[in-house]
Amino acid sequence: MRRPTVSGCAAALPRLTLLAALAVWLLSVSALPVPAQAQAGGEEAGVQVIRVTAEKFEFKPEKIVLTKGKPVVLELISLDRVHGFRCPGLGIRVDVAPNKVTRVPLTPDKAGSFPFVCDVFCGDGHDEMSGVIEVKE
Amino acid sequence: MNTMDRRGFLKVAGVGGALLLTYPGSGALAAAAGAGKGFSFVQFADTHVGYANPPVNPDASASLQKGVDWVNAMTPQPDFVVFTGDLTHTTDDPQERRRRLTEFKRIAGGLKPKAVYFLPGEHDAGLDWGEAYKEILGKTHYMFQHKGVHFLVIDNVSDPAASVGEAQLAWIAAELARIPKADPLVVLTHRPLFDLYPEWDWATKDADKVLALLEPHTNVTVLYGHIHQEHHHQSGHIGQHAGMSTAYLLPAPGSVPKKAPVPWDAAAPYKGMGLRIVQDDVAKPTPEFTEKPLAGM
Ligand SMILES: [Cu+2]
Ligand SMILES: [Fe+2]
Repeated sequence: MRRPTVSGCAAALPRLTLLAALAVWLLSVSALPVPAQAQAGGEEAGVQVIRVTAEKFEFKPEKIVLTKGKPVVLELISLDRVHGFRCPGLGIRVDVAPNKVTRVPLTPDKAGSFPFVCDVFCGDGHDEMSGVIEVKE
Repeated sequence: MNTMDRRGFLKVAGVGGALLLTYPGSGALAAAAGAGKGFSFVQFADTHVGYANPPVNPDASASLQKGVDWVNAMTPQPDFVVFTGDLTHTTDDPQERRRRLTEFKRIAGGLKPKAVYFLPGEHDAGLDWGEAYKEILGKTHYMFQHKGVHFLVIDNVSDPAASVGEAQLAWIAAELARIPKADPLVVLTHRPLFDLYPEWDWATKDADKVLALLEPHTNVTVLYGHIHQEHHHQSGHIGQHAGMSTAYLLPAPGSVPKKAPVPWDAAAPYKGMGLRIVQDDVAKPTPEFTEKPLAGM
């Protein structure tokens, strides 16, 4: 099994780049009207980007808070093997692979609580690999 | 209760925990000439050999053995036994996976009825596309007949993304083309062939394609597992019925924020665990079920 990517890549990056990335990340999350610990990623042309990682056997963040009518982009990446990301209530279904960022543009058109789940069997603990998207009015 | 004669069966079928179901819409019965050829079989679901989690079930093999012993004491004996997947609990270790499948096979080998049919769950086959399963237990999809009733075994788990897949769909289409449309047909599989609750991964991705192939057949019953509880659903004229696990109970769909096994209840051991007796007859459009709790065994 490959155990690659994000951490490995990050270790190889020059230290400065890392610091710069961290600074950009801190700026972007501090400007957001949502809890910082639940939202990371950044902002592109006014659209919030939310980075979601998948690894055996959890999503981070587990709870994603969005606002109805406000466009965002989910950036999904796996830290170990292929997982799935399925959120039936919002009509999302994608594979989440290592070494690859899967972008899901999303403008929630209804408020509510929408569970998501890993739908690619990934081992012991797969059955509990899930989270929720909370959409506020 | 250790033995069960026919009268006992009928009595059991009428009381708590048990359920008898009949469905409308049978139309003309095929093979009425086969009347009187009734038979019974037993469905085990989600036996999860290798699962050992004291707060939930300290020993899944022991629960399976309890079910096997009970079946062995049935009078009359069922004609055969089916296991609808998650025979073992998953492991990343290919050697341990083989050990668990072999352990399962050993326990199932202790069944008195010698006709025993298996199919995989994602715990058995989802991490290696069924490789170990096929080595130890054989094919993951196949067809068999019993006293005029057709049984179609479908694999919706070897693909970790839970698709039946185009190759198997083509095989199903070819098999079904050989069967008269009104003949009774029982489908055995692991996952529901409908979106029961995809929020908990209780679905099969291409279930619609399977149902489209089954649609022209007038007497179809689907028996499956995966959700670790009894559940009944109609997809048009096709009844889909999940049976209890012998290993652990899962909560009702969407009833709790996070899907997790229901803890072992010392005051009510084996609560929600069990197996199913199916009474079938070529002259009847659909089988009848008795859900048998392990607790009463
Ligand atoms: Cu997973
Ligand atoms: Fe299971």
